[in-house]
Amino acid sequence: MRILKPAVTSITGLAALLAMGSTPAHAAGLPQLDVSTFPPQLIWLGLTFVVLYVTMSRIALPKISQVLEERQHRIDDNLKKAETLKEEAEAAAQAYEAALAKARSKAHQIMLETHNAIAEKAAETQGEVGTRLESQIKDAEGRILEAKNAAMAGLSAVAAEVALSACQKVSGETLSEADVSKVVSTVMEERQ
Amino acid sequence: MANPLEQFQIKTLVPIQMGSVDASLTNAGLFMVITVAAISLFLSLGMRQRSLIPGRWQSMAELSYEFIAGMIRDNVGSEGRKYFPFIFSLFMFILFANLIGLIPYAFTFTSHIAVTFTMAMVVFLGVTVIAIIRHGLHFFTLFLPSGVPMVMAPVLIPIEVLSYLSRPISLSIRLFANMMAGHTMMKVFAGFIIPLGILGGWAPLGVDVALTAFEFLVAFLQAYVFTVLTCLYLNDAIHLH
Repeated sequence: MRILKPAVTSITGLAALLAMGSTPAHAAGLPQLDVSTFPPQLIWLGLTFVVLYVTMSRIALPKISQVLEERQHRIDDNLKKAETLKEEAEAAAQAYEAALAKARSKAHQIMLETHNAIAEKAAETQGEVGTRLESQIKDAEGRILEAKNAAMAGLSAVAAEVALSACQKVSGETLSEADVSKVVSTVMEERQ
Repeated sequence: MANPLEQFQIKTLVPIQMGSVDASLTNAGLFMVITVAAISLFLSLGMRQRSLIPGRWQSMAELSYEFIAGMIRDNVGSEGRKYFPFIFSLFMFILFANLIGLIPYAFTFTSHIAVTFTMAMVVFLGVTVIAIIRHGLHFFTLFLPSGVPMVMAPVLIPIEVLSYLSRPISLSIRLFANMMAGHTMMKVFAGFIIPLGILGGWAPLGVDVALTAFEFLVAFLQAYVFTVLTCLYLNDAIHLH
């Protein structure tokens, strides 16, 4: 389209040019072809274009590019700042997580230690009590054995006495104490 | 009916004589001054605030800067940055001349072949000098693209040379003819409005309204085409195809 359109307009322009060329309104014909107007046009063209070029290259364009650069820097700076802040926030979150995990493991450890300590102490106490009870039981058993032995020793005497008096009552005979106790101890040995 | 070509008449406003040369301020010269002043005002007032967040006016100034910067980046590459002020000036000069010329009773100096051909010749000679300075004798390989069989050379070289030499002519005539044709057409249709009276006059008036809108497009498009072609020629000069 860029090529076609100027071509079409050029043709219409040419047609207009030819049509006007035939009208003898102006002696010079087409004003564009009047060579006497060329020098002032070109002198002013050169002058104004140089002024424009100098104004643009020295004043206007540096100003615009400065503003654009400043804006770009500002945007880059802000993006960088946002990036660092994000990193900081992430680091803080990580530190928080780490602290939390540490605290959790510490709490767990403390719990474990306490549990162990309690269990140890309980075991210790239990052991102590156990040995004490054992010794007491042993003592008591010793005493019971002693009492039993004493009772057993006393028993043969009592039995001999009972047998002696029973014999006396039944048969009316008085046996010697030594014989009775001998029989009693024999019987008791057999029964035991 | 008024002559549609009268609007292109050069009129002397302030006669100035420099030796034997006529350097008078004409209506064309006056509008060149107005154009340069308008561009300078547009940019300096637009950038007056230098705000970080641009207003409308500053946006337009920045837009024109980025438009031309992007055009050079796309068509020439990073080596084109040096010529940015020139190409920017050229674009703004043609664009503002075309747009100011659309104001009724204003003068359109881009409708003069002398002006457009001079600008095209400056571009053409400048580009050729840049090419010769950068590439020396290699510049002439521009007329014989590599990989072309030697048998073709006698045919191809004259064609390439001719097309190269016709660049300033096509560049200048495209702009001049477009501006002249548009303004002539508007004047021709405007000339019919009053003679056709209250009943028939609406038709040419409607055409003129449509043409005015079209001419705004042409004003921008021709400034763009002139600048883009300058960029392409510059690209050829820097990279030799």
